[in-house]
Amino acid sequence: MNLSDLFEETFFALFSNKVRSGLTILGIIIGIGSVVATLSIGQGVSNSIQSNIASIGSNLIMVTPGAQQSGLVRQSAGSATTLTLDDANAVQSQITDAQYVAPQISRSYQAVAGGNNENVQVIGTTPDYANIRSLNMLYGSFITNSQVTAIDPVAVLGPTTSDNLFGQGVDPVGKTVKINNVIFTVVGVTYPKGSSGFVNQDDMIVIPVTVAQHYLSGGNNVSSITIQAPNQQSIPLIQQEVTDLLLQRHNISNPQNADFTVTNEADIIATVSSITTTFTIFLASIAGISLLVGGIGIMNMMLTTVTERTREIGLRKAIGAKSRDITMQFLIEAALLTVIGGILGIIFGAAISALLSKFASVTTQVSAFSVALSFGVSAAIGLIFGYYPAKKAAQLSPIEALRYE
Amino acid sequence: MIEIRNITKTYLNDDVETQVLKGVSFSVKDGEFVAIMGPSGSGKSTLMHILGALDTPTSGQYFLDGKDVSDLSDDELADIRRSKIGFVFQSFNLLPRATVMRNVEMPLLYSRVPKEEREEKAKAALISAGLSNDRFYHLSNQLSGGQMQRVAIARSLVNDPALILADEPTGNLDTKTGDIVLATFQKLNESGKTVVLITHEQYVAEHAERIIHIRDGVILEDKKNENRLVKKLQ
Ligand SMILES: Nc1ncnc2c1ncn2[C@@H]1O[C@H](COP(=O)(O)OP(=O)(O)OP(=O)(O)O)[C@@H](O)[C@H]1O
Ligand SMILES: [Mg+2]
Repeated sequence: MNLSDLFEETFFALFSNKVRSGLTILGIIIGIGSVVATLSIGQGVSNSIQSNIASIGSNLIMVTPGAQQSGLVRQSAGSATTLTLDDANAVQSQITDAQYVAPQISRSYQAVAGGNNENVQVIGTTPDYANIRSLNMLYGSFITNSQVTAIDPVAVLGPTTSDNLFGQGVDPVGKTVKINNVIFTVVGVTYPKGSSGFVNQDDMIVIPVTVAQHYLSGGNNVSSITIQAPNQQSIPLIQQEVTDLLLQRHNISNPQNADFTVTNEADIIATVSSITTTFTIFLASIAGISLLVGGIGIMNMMLTTVTERTREIGLRKAIGAKSRDITMQFLIEAALLTVIGGILGIIFGAAISALLSKFASVTTQVSAFSVALSFGVSAAIGLIFGYYPAKKAAQLSPIEALRYE
Repeated sequence: MIEIRNITKTYLNDDVETQVLKGVSFSVKDGEFVAIMGPSGSGKSTLMHILGALDTPTSGQYFLDGKDVSDLSDDELADIRRSKIGFVFQSFNLLPRATVMRNVEMPLLYSRVPKEEREEKAKAALISAGLSNDRFYHLSNQLSGGQMQRVAIARSLVNDPALILADEPTGNLDTKTGDIVLATFQKLNESGKTVVLITHEQYVAEHAERIIHIRDGVILEDKKNENRLVKKLQ
C-alpha cells in the first residue's frame, strides 16, 4: 500500500470508531499531559528555589546554632542557643579574610504605628547586613555601628512594611513605631527588592542587634551569623577558620561534637536541588504510571479492534494484502492514536501548568526537553503497545479470519 | 489455467485428524465455466480455498498457469490472489461502514494503483457487475442482498483477474436476483474469464458448461453439461 493510502485507511478506521478512538486518545492525553505538567512544576519550582537562594546574596557562609549534620537538615536548629554576639564579634575581628559579618536575631512581632498594626519579621543585626543582602535605601539611612554600640532603639523598615504602617508613598523617617511595647524611631526605608529569598525583604524591620537582645529577646544569643567571603575560592578557607575559631571559643576539641553548623550557599543549593530533583522524579514517576496505563489502554483497544475486525483482516488478506500491509495498518493506527493524544496531551499539560502558575502561584516551566520526552514516549508507546496486536492481526490465516464470528 | 493432482487436505484439531479432501484431481482450461456441486460438508469450500490460494493442500500439487503454487509462502500466495484471482464469497464479506466505491477499490490499494485510476476501475467493475450508479456512494450495509453480491462481484473483477471463484454466490439470494447474478457470471465468462462456481443446487450448476460432483472429499462425476441454461441480462 502507498503511504498516503495507508494514512487514509487509518483515518477512516479511527473515524469509524469515534467513541473508542476518542477514549483511547483521552487516556494518552491524560498520561502525556500529566507528565508535561508535573515536569514543568518540578522544573519551575527548582528554578525558582535556586534563583531565590542566589538572590539572598553571593558567596555567603552561614553559621547557625545546633549540632552538625549532613546538609541542611538539623534537629531543633532554632531552639539551640549556642551562638552569641561575642562569637560574631570574634569572627568579625579575627577572621580578616571575611568581607562582611552580620549576626542576626530574627523573630516576628506585632508592630504598631498610629492606628495601623502589622505582624512583621524583626531582624536584629549590624550594618554589614545591608551589604550582604545588597539593600539600598529609599529614604533615610541604614542602622549604623554607633547605633549598635549605643543600643539606640532605631528601626529601618522594608517598603511594604512602611506602606502598611504609614501609608503608601509616605516618608516615615523620624516617626515612631511600637514593637513589643518598645518605641523605635524610624531612620530609613529600604528600596523595594521584590519578594525573593526565603524572607520577604520588602516586609521586615531591621533594628540593631544589641537592641534586639536588650529589649526583645533578652540574653546574649544570636540566631545566626552570616559571613560574606570576598570570592568563591576563599569560601572553604574561611569556613575552616570560622569553624576552628568557634570550636576554640566553645572549648570543643572534637569537631564531631560542634554545637554549631557552618554551611555555605553552594551546599544549600546542592541540597535543595537534590530535594527538588527527588521531588520531580517522584512526580514524574506518578505521571509515568498514568502514561503506562494509557499505553496499556492503547494495547487493549488495538487488541479489541483486531478481534472485532478479524473478518476485515481475513478479507484484506484474501484480496491480496500481505502480512506487512496488515502490520503496518494496525501499527500506524496505534501510532496515530498516540501521536494525536501526545500532541493534545502536551497542549493540555502546558495549559495546566499555565493555569497553575496563574492561579496557584506555583512557578512552572514547560521545557523543550519535557515536550520532546513526552512526545517521544508517546510515539514509542504507540509502536510498542501497537506492535503485538498488529503482529497478531497479520499472522491470522485468511480463512480462519473469514470464518471468525 | 488450473491443474490439480491428487490434492488432499487434512485438518488436525485436538489430536483428531479429519481428512476433508481425499485425492482430488482435475483441470480447468482457460475460459471454461465450471460448477462444483456436492452436498453440505463434502469439502467444496475447502477445495475452493485451495484453488483460490487462500490455503495450501496437505499433499498433492496445484499448478496455476503452469506454476506450482502448492508450496508457496504466505506473501507469495497473497501476490497470486491479488493478481490472478477474484473471489466471491457466500457471505459477501463487504466492509460494513465503508461505501460501495471504497469496498470495490480495496484490492487496488494493495496493487498500489493511484487514486484516480482506482476510481475509474472501480466504476467500470461496478457497471459490468450491473450495479446502478446511484448506489456507488452508499454505505455497503445499506444495500439489499442482491446489490451486495454485485458489489462483491465488482470487487472480484476490479483487478482484472483471469480466474473468478465464487462460493455459493446465490446462496443468500432469492431466485430472481440469483438469476441476475448467474447471468452476470455468464457474461463475464463470455468476455473471456475462467469461472469456477460452487453450489449445492442442481439448478444453479446447470448454468455452467461443465459440472464436477464431489462427495466426502472425492470426485464422483466430472462431465459436460448437456442441457445448459443460458441467462441473458436485460
Ligand atoms: N478448520 C477446520 N478444522 C476442522 N475441520 C474442518 C475445518 N474446516 C472445515 N472442516 C471440515 O471439513 C468438512 C468440509 O468442509 P467444507 O466447508 O469444505 O464443506 P462444504 O462442502 O463447503 O459445505 P457447505 O456446502 O455446507 O458449505 C466439514 O466436515 C468441516 O467440518
Ligand atoms: Mg461451503
